[in-house]
Amino acid sequence: MARVWMFGPNVNTDQIVPGRYAPYMLKDEAELRKYPFVEARPEFAATVQPGDLLVAGPNFGCGSSREYAPLALRMVGVGAIIAPLFARIFYRNALNLGIPCFEADLTGVLRDGQQVEFDLASGRLIADGQNIQLPPPPAFLQEVWAAGGIVPFYKQHGRFPGQNA
Amino acid sequence: MGQTLAEQILSHAAGKPVQAGENVVVNVDLAMMHDSISPSIIKVLHGELGAERVWNPERIAVVVDHVAPAATIQNAEHQANLRRWVREQGITHLYDVGRGISHPVLVEENMARPGMLIIGSDSHSTGYGSVGAFGTGMGTTDMALALATGQTWLRVPETVRVQAQGRFQPGVSAKDLGLRVAREIGADGATYQSVEWHGLAFLPTGDRMTLATLSIEVGAKAGIVPPVFELPANAELAPIDQAALANSVPEWLRVEEGAHYTRTVDIDLSTLTPQISVPHYVDNVVDLPDVGRVAVDVVYLGTCTNGHYTDMAAAARILQGKRVAKGVRLIVVPATSEALRRATEDGTLATLLAAGAALGTPGCGACIGRHMGVLAPGEVCLFTGNRNFRGRMGSPQANIYLGSPEVAAATALTGYITHPSEVLA
Repeated sequence: MARVWMFGPNVNTDQIVPGRYAPYMLKDEAELRKYPFVEARPEFAATVQPGDLLVAGPNFGCGSSREYAPLALRMVGVGAIIAPLFARIFYRNALNLGIPCFEADLTGVLRDGQQVEFDLASGRLIADGQNIQLPPPPAFLQEVWAAGGIVPFYKQHGRFPGQNA
Repeated sequence: MGQTLAEQILSHAAGKPVQAGENVVVNVDLAMMHDSISPSIIKVLHGELGAERVWNPERIAVVVDHVAPAATIQNAEHQANLRRWVREQGITHLYDVGRGISHPVLVEENMARPGMLIIGSDSHSTGYGSVGAFGTGMGTTDMALALATGQTWLRVPETVRVQAQGRFQPGVSAKDLGLRVAREIGADGATYQSVEWHGLAFLPTGDRMTLATLSIEVGAKAGIVPPVFELPANAELAPIDQAALANSVPEWLRVEEGAHYTRTVDIDLSTLTPQISVPHYVDNVVDLPDVGRVAVDVVYLGTCTNGHYTDMAAAARILQGKRVAKGVRLIVVPATSEALRRATEDGTLATLLAAGAALGTPGCGACIGRHMGVLAPGEVCLFTGNRNFRGRMGSPQANIYLGSPEVAAATALTGYITHPSEVLA
């Protein structure tokens, strides 16, 4: 089971990890795992479990290009992020780090703290007996997730996503 | 059928004609990395990717602007390592502490030019659109891959056209136009798209950068002001030699008839009034009178959006011969050392200092809440920057209002958010 963490619209990267907690400002990058949503939801980092889902309104991840925002989410094991629209730099960064992002609006369907079953491979979610099928991401992006991120993808294939082999 | 400026530049970078919606692999003309993210990029480049050398040391610019000069031992150590790495890799374009913010610096250094594809480890890399380049921000891993290969991949964006008409009223400027557009289309109004800013041939480069940097605040991948120039009557007001810039426009880059725009946003500059972005979202914009009486603790003039020479000059015209209100700190952080030099030479800086301004080292300053004017809980700031997100400049209990340099100057004089006409009268 995965817990749903519900967020509103326009969650910006300063909310995910404020610039004051960048690896540049820390003694050790590993400390970053203590800081996702450190001010926006102070209980998050200590209670989130691997596989938990972030469900948000539109424009998730807007603002800065800081990859340490999705990196902090990966460090605590976020299973997937579901929002109707992602800010483009965040989406690329999450993809590059192998964090699944699904474009769907479930803010009116799920509730914060709800326990759901989620199968990443099929994109299927079961909440209170209700089956929800998430739209699959474009095929060329699925390749990147399958490889575990852009670095393993590039090392494996020697090309960029969508480029002919 | 014509192409948008983004399609033209990406066609050139891809070596074949491309159009919106296509995924393309493109050659990068210039890669910018700054002190804050460079340690992570270098780690991915050498560690995860296993690359020993950057693809071309001449096409990389390293700028120390985010915490400059260093605020902590930690920053200082990262910066020392970065300088060593730059030497080892044979990178010649290092712009160190005090030179200023990457985007205007690379324009001043003639490294960012019309028609180039520029990627940067900073979301405000859209700012290179001020000179008609396609500038876009990327994260650590994309930057490291580009440093290793000289390439990246992009989806060719659709384009939103902003069409300005007329001229600004006194006390109104490019910032008000940018905030007005954010108000019209929202923080995700141009997500995955490019914004073209038309009808602005009269604007100096600094004002163009105001609009290009604000483009990311409506979600844009790039924000391009067409490289057409109507040089100001007073050449002193041009922050760089726009005539030289006009001569560097490649013949293949021009506004084309029949280019496709997803939408056009028409703005009449002659009726535009000062706009204020209210905490804690950039698109939470109202006409200045609608903010009510908001007392401020800090007025902060700076950033890649509004720390240009022209911004300081605009503020100085309002502050001339006057003093900042008691209890208000006016912090001025020029965007670049060149902006500071010009302000020093023509008396602009003397005017600001006589009014009571505190001067910071050219760079990003307190825009990321790390040094040089961090806000305390409960404090209110009128900021000429680009983001008023909660906690952006320090305490999450502080309130940040975004406005123009003219509003900043008027506000510094009265101590509450003030329409420039109130103090110009």
